[in-house]
Amino acid sequence: MNLARLQQEFQNWLVNASDESAALLGNHVAGLAVYQNNYRAQLVGCLEGAFPNLRQWLGDEAFLAACITHIDRHPPHAWTLDVYPAGLQKTLYEVFPDNPDVHELAWIEWSLNEAFVAADAAPLRMEALASVDWDTARLQLAPSLRSHALTTNAEAIWSALWQQTPPPEAAMLAEAGGLLVWRRQYTSRLRQVDALELHALQHLQHDGSFAGLCEFLVERLGEEEGIGRAGEMLAGWIGSELIVGVTDH
Amino acid sequence: MATSNPRFSGYGLGLRKEHYSDFLETSVAVDFVEVISENFMVAGGQPLHILRQIRERHPVALHGVSMSIGTAEGLDPDYLKRLKSLVDAIEPLFVSDHLSWSRTGGFNSHDLLPLPYTEEALNLVCANIHQAQEALGRTMLFENPSSYLAFAGASMSEWEFIAEMSRRTGCELLLDVNNVFVSASNHGFDALAFLDGIPAERVRQVHLAGHSQGPSLLIDSHDSPVCSGVWHLYAKAIERLGPVATMIERDDEIPPLSELLDELAIARALGASAAKQRAQVRA
Repeated sequence: MNLARLQQEFQNWLVNASDESAALLGNHVAGLAVYQNNYRAQLVGCLEGAFPNLRQWLGDEAFLAACITHIDRHPPHAWTLDVYPAGLQKTLYEVFPDNPDVHELAWIEWSLNEAFVAADAAPLRMEALASVDWDTARLQLAPSLRSHALTTNAEAIWSALWQQTPPPEAAMLAEAGGLLVWRRQYTSRLRQVDALELHALQHLQHDGSFAGLCEFLVERLGEEEGIGRAGEMLAGWIGSELIVGVTDH
Repeated sequence: MATSNPRFSGYGLGLRKEHYSDFLETSVAVDFVEVISENFMVAGGQPLHILRQIRERHPVALHGVSMSIGTAEGLDPDYLKRLKSLVDAIEPLFVSDHLSWSRTGGFNSHDLLPLPYTEEALNLVCANIHQAQEALGRTMLFENPSSYLAFAGASMSEWEFIAEMSRRTGCELLLDVNNVFVSASNHGFDALAFLDGIPAERVRQVHLAGHSQGPSLLIDSHDSPVCSGVWHLYAKAIERLGPVATMIERDDEIPPLSELLDELAIARALGASAAKQRAQVRA
């Protein structure tokens, strides 16, 4: 057996633990068991480390079952283990199809992980806005920003678990809203926003234009209130260090 | 070929997040620290910020776990590019990885899997080392891993493989004394034959760590203090190596920093004793 074939068989052993692979690798029962255990234990540990509050919410047994399902269906591919937890959300949709609280909790925890090591960017200072031409201004959002629709009280659940206080029962929101995750300096932040602010921020993230943001809000709120809300939102985003650059040409 | 790494004979620790504040807020008596390269091959954020701060105080060795130098399909260019960026930013004391493989056919095990010690594997590992050293523009160190099985058909011992790998590529060595101890126990070879078989002049760094007893094999678990058998083997190693950068690795059950510094003091004492013996022999 050449080296490439041997490595493929080793992969088969780790992923499928088949007797055929073990035999082809020389039936080193004890040694192969160590590698099999290392492989699975490392992936479970990686998922546990990435989703501590989700694990608490589901309970150890249900979380471990979801991890095992994920590991069986989705062996890792990337050179870094850090990205492996990203795929768990898809498995959670399959394992818990009727639990949007679980999906949204998973989104929160994974986004906080991503934001933690996202590219650095200095926040925009108010002084930089003094001479901006707002008709042509284009705003740059923090590279760590992630946003998502919110249908449940997942933010309240996550916050309670984070603070080690009893979480509320899962519940649907009266009105759908949104979640923002980003990093201020070196600390990942989570904020629940209303649907209008979520869509406005997503519009700005896509379009970049402040005039476009105003137009978006005027269409929904009318001229006066739309322009007013655009200014309020921009001030809030700058204060929260969500805006990291502005150009007006 | 890239130039050799400088000889550096200090004592260090693997830097783990549990001890970040100790290193940032106090003066820790180490000569260098080692970090896991992949933990810092990221776009930005606090980990890189902390590493830059610690780099201002201590030499830093970069120790990788994901190069997969023994993979039959060649190295990952994206991985090499990111590692090169980190190397350029940190200007590390050493850049090391393991004599193992983890990747095949797009699959990545994230474990240090064993190689068969054959001419085919040697040729492939050497080609990969040449590629890595060329990409990084520097001589790398490769570490002997702990292993739990030995493939049939090997044409050489692990130490013969390592010696020839180093001779052909110019790479240098990171001798993990615990891994020698673990593999010698698991495979029934003589640990001293391993120490005698590797080219001592090419060893630039030594790892010391703890292991645990599995049902039938020793496991390289890095979750306990260095045991007396490994300390004994370390003493034998430094008789052969002379002064060499030495550090304690702990990856699980991380104790207070003071406990690791106490362990490091044992390494310093053994190093001082070996130096004294060498001086007496010369006199």
